[in-house]
Amino acid sequence: MVRTMVTLMQDPITQGPGPEARYRSFLAEGRFMIQRSVTTGDHVFYSRTMMPGSGGTDLEWVEASGRATVYSCSIVRRPDAEGGDDSIAIVELAEGPRTMTRIVGCRPEEVVIGMEVRARIDSQEGEPIVFFEPARNGETS
Amino acid sequence: MTGLRGKTAIVGVGLAGLGAAPGWSPIEIMAESVRRALDDAGLGLADVDGLFVSSSTQAMPTITAAEYLGIRPNYFGGTMVGGASFEAHVLTAAMALEAGLCNVALIAYGSNQRSAAGKLVATIEPQVNETVYAPRQPITAYALATARHMHDYGTTRTHLAEVAVAARAWAGLNPRAFKRDPLTVEEVLAAPMMSDPLSRLDCCLVTDGGGAVVMMRADAARDRPKNPVYLLGAGGAHWHRQIAMMPDLTVTAATQSGAAAYAMAGLGPEQMHMVELYDAFTINTILFLEDLGFCAKGEGGAFVSGGAIAPGGRLPVNTNGGGLSCVHPGMYGIFLIIEAVEQLRREAGERQVADPQTALVHGNGGTLSCQATCIFGTEAALTA
Repeated sequence: MVRTMVTLMQDPITQGPGPEARYRSFLAEGRFMIQRSVTTGDHVFYSRTMMPGSGGTDLEWVEASGRATVYSCSIVRRPDAEGGDDSIAIVELAEGPRTMTRIVGCRPEEVVIGMEVRARIDSQEGEPIVFFEPARNGETS
Repeated sequence: MTGLRGKTAIVGVGLAGLGAAPGWSPIEIMAESVRRALDDAGLGLADVDGLFVSSSTQAMPTITAAEYLGIRPNYFGGTMVGGASFEAHVLTAAMALEAGLCNVALIAYGSNQRSAAGKLVATIEPQVNETVYAPRQPITAYALATARHMHDYGTTRTHLAEVAVAARAWAGLNPRAFKRDPLTVEEVLAAPMMSDPLSRLDCCLVTDGGGAVVMMRADAARDRPKNPVYLLGAGGAHWHRQIAMMPDLTVTAATQSGAAAYAMAGLGPEQMHMVELYDAFTINTILFLEDLGFCAKGEGGAFVSGGAIAPGGRLPVNTNGGGLSCVHPGMYGIFLIIEAVEQLRREAGERQVADPQTALVHGNGGTLSCQATCIFGTEAALTA
């Protein structure tokens, strides 16, 4: 009886960290990275395996400028014992994509739609996280 | 129009455990509503060969339900698109019936959300770049849409309050409604904020409750005891999962689902005699009236003002009192269908809309994520 050696073929694409894991690794290094299509220049965030909609696989990692504008916002009301009120917002990055975030560095009542904000990498329960804070003068362009 | 217009009809509906059903499990509440729906249809469990169930507490809801009921369906669907699941099931059931894959389709739901938790059941599926910020979901998602609608179109908290007040006025006519005491605009405005700009009275109830709907092909439906309520059109659409991914916070996928339903029915909003919209929050009613063509984008606030959607207004909307004042066990969509059926059969008692022939039913799921629209009609509407 002849025994043949069977080699398990691993999918080369899924060897190593996937896009979300890479995003987290960048963030842990203090870098807010998003993806951009090499050919169209369009950005996408959160990180994907391919461009949503078009399926384009020509995505490269680029550092986000950190500049963003508040697209909508809400004050989440919580008792002080549960952490107090928070400003939850959807911000539109200068590069185009939107993300949910928490606006820090000002009172929740001060956050308004259209406000210019800037990303700040912080940590929460030991994990890196991107918050946004009001853009300081001269920092908005 | 497509081949599905008028090919199937609802022949039975049942409700159970509305309000509070302490000591009852979700499947028990569901099963009781199934018994009542089958009684209404003059059918028994043995007749059911198509099963459609969705649940926020059961991972494999059709399997659980079939075992509990002791039935062996030939076709089943457990599509989970939140509260819009049941409108989506209607379309799938119609296709399955028309294709001959089943003859009696049962759509069912049961929840003990109020008695079990006393609050909205939190999703167990963390959303990337959302959950870590601890929004008070689902309220915050709808609050974000509301804030943007206010910014873009000048919609006010008074407009939102009008929606809640109209729903309460309808509930006052419905003995099954959970909240029936009169409500004023001032009371809505003065209620504590949950997630600005939504106050507690801009948010749906948290109740228990179950509902079931039985569908058959139109020819067989005419042999059932009650007048058939025909499915004239249906369509579904979803564009995002997380609220931050919604392309425009003021435009929902109801524009797509509604267009599909109207096209199938060969009807438009001007032919709708009554409207049942998934009002998880007051902004929903405004968004859906706009996106389903009852008014232009941005004019929903003005449209609902002055009691226009309350009893005696220009358009009957959410005639059972809605998720805001009648019932909301977490996935409200099935109750929209049942209310439309009762109205089209002239069984709605004090809240009965005058001689309705058509009803638009619109389900919403997730955080404005999934939209599914059904248009129902009487025999007169079918042959018009």
